[in-house]
Amino acid sequence: MKKTYPVEVDCANCAAKMEEAVKGTPGVASATLNFMTLKLKVEFVEGADESAVMKEALKRCKKVESDCEIIF
Amino acid sequence: MKYKFTKKQKRLLIRIILSATVFAVGVGALFLSPSLPWIGRGILIASYIVAGYDVLRKAALGVVRGRIFDENFLMAIASLGAMALTEFSEAAAVMIFYQTGELFQSVAVGKSRKSVAALTEIRPDTANLVGENGVTVVDPEDVALGSVIAVYPGERIPLDGVIIEGKTTLDAVALTGEAIPVEAGEGDQVISGCVNVTGAIKVRTTKEFTDSTVTRILELVEDSASRKSRPEAFITRFAKYYTPAVCGTALALALIPPLASLISRGDPAWREWIGRALTFLVVSCPCALVLSVPMAFFGGIGCASKNGILVKGANYLELLAKAEGAVFDKTGTLTEGKFRVTNVETKGGIGREELIKYAAFAESVSTHPVGVCIRAECPETPASGDVSELTEIPGRGVEALVLGRRVFVGKSESAAPQDSPGVTVSVVIDGVEEGTITASDTVKESAKDALAALGALGVKKTYMLTGDREVSARIVGDAVGVGSVRAGLLPADKVGELETIMKETSPLVYAGDGINDAPVLARADVGVAMGALGSDAAIEAADVVIMDDDVRRLPLAVRIARKTVRIAKENVVFSLAVKAACLILGALGIAGMWVAIFADVGVMILAVLNSARALTVKNKRIN
Repeated sequence: MKKTYPVEVDCANCAAKMEEAVKGTPGVASATLNFMTLKLKVEFVEGADESAVMKEALKRCKKVESDCEIIF
Repeated sequence: MKYKFTKKQKRLLIRIILSATVFAVGVGALFLSPSLPWIGRGILIASYIVAGYDVLRKAALGVVRGRIFDENFLMAIASLGAMALTEFSEAAAVMIFYQTGELFQSVAVGKSRKSVAALTEIRPDTANLVGENGVTVVDPEDVALGSVIAVYPGERIPLDGVIIEGKTTLDAVALTGEAIPVEAGEGDQVISGCVNVTGAIKVRTTKEFTDSTVTRILELVEDSASRKSRPEAFITRFAKYYTPAVCGTALALALIPPLASLISRGDPAWREWIGRALTFLVVSCPCALVLSVPMAFFGGIGCASKNGILVKGANYLELLAKAEGAVFDKTGTLTEGKFRVTNVETKGGIGREELIKYAAFAESVSTHPVGVCIRAECPETPASGDVSELTEIPGRGVEALVLGRRVFVGKSESAAPQDSPGVTVSVVIDGVEEGTITASDTVKESAKDALAALGALGVKKTYMLTGDREVSARIVGDAVGVGSVRAGLLPADKVGELETIMKETSPLVYAGDGINDAPVLARADVGVAMGALGSDAAIEAADVVIMDDDVRRLPLAVRIARKTVRIAKENVVFSLAVKAACLILGALGIAGMWVAIFADVGVMILAVLNSARALTVKNKRIN
């Protein structure tokens, strides 16, 4: 399953770091963050609990870039 | 277009102004009371904290989490180091300029984001679902296939469908770049994303929201970031090694020369060397590099979208820019793809109009392309009883009793050798061949201009692939000025032919309508689907989608691509060159902190401004 979330982040480099963090979250099959459109596209692993996965993903993002937000 | 600051940007702007004011006061205090330097210094420290507290916080957090070597870390070390050397005004200035650069970058990105957003604004938020109890406003995602929705003037059509009630004009400018509105009435297909201009219509949906044109297009644009361009990939890789390398060099610069002179019993000059190391750090901040390349490509992709050209990734812009040759499908790409009557010959028995009338009446229910175009040529339609005993003879033609006479339209018995393009049928009335009608596909007027424009751009090798006979293919080829014609190809042969051409000419662009050439689109270095609105297979297989069927958008796409790539390269070369020069000057002690600040912030601002140029293409005319 694929979902798109709006993201708030300030720099291209930070966006790249966030993308890596989301990719590493369990339950995420793949993720791309487009800094220019500020959209995060996440493909979940079959049967994953979206909101739980996204909570964890945001936590991981905050770790690499304290000044960011994913709206879900 | 006026730009509105976001809350964050406003806050940053206020901080910068405040900090700069405090900075001025501090410098003044230092100047007026040199005997009490700590008053001025204290004020400067206040200015420093106002400007840079978040940078310091982020740097500290980064160190705690084991992620050092980002730009916050660089700025924090450089400015704190400057303070340790009692250069308070430099420390505060570094922070103020750094933040100014950040604000500028944020505004510039926001601006280019906004101009591209014009395209992404086509996403409809609501649909007016027509139910038994009237109209309800719902999320387009919740509209089931086959539902009826109402679209009022001024609204965007949320889902693909067919008009079942009403008449209107539709504006597809956001989708195709084509500014002329199109009339549409009952029975016409409508595409989501178009704006309903004049009348209220009811539409029966033929697709769910996730399969609708508008969703597919948005996905395409939004996914384009996942394919990175080569310079972008290079910069990302480069930045990974760059920052640690610079920090290492700075450390070496601060330690090795003083220690060396200590060993040789000279003056270690700690102050001087640490100062140079800090200058080095400020210069080296990689933000200009990391941002400028993706920003140029984003601008290029946005500019292309505005002109009705969707590019699926930055890498395809690069390939387009370098394209050596272009291969075109014939039907539907260089030609209209629609048959039209191009020649009528009569044997003298009856006149032209009469001949067409008999033929059209005999073909009155035909679905064959030739039959359809003969009908289109005849102003009259048969009344009931005019046509009877209609029989279709498969592979030959049709026979019918028209106005009491036996008419046959089809391949003539005395089949003349086909040396003209198109299809010729003979019209036999009561056993006598009265004449022939030739129908053929017409060449697009824009095709010739497009090929000439490509030639002028240096894309000299052009080919045309077609399943048609050699003779008619050559006529079309000569008419549009294509370099080489490969005729008589079955759809399956086209991939093989393309591969043969690709061996000599690479990168190779292939442009087709995507109807039966999806494998060729996918195989080419850059597959360009033409007139792809509503054709899912083509949007899927292609790398570049031209929304209407104007071939002249292909040379335009090449121009946009070249400009974008040139800007990206300029940015890389320019920022690397300035930084390298300042790094050397800084290490040698020639350039001080102020030059370093220019090398960092100035270069970034220039690179960002340069990238913004990719958003527009000069000479928008497509011919």
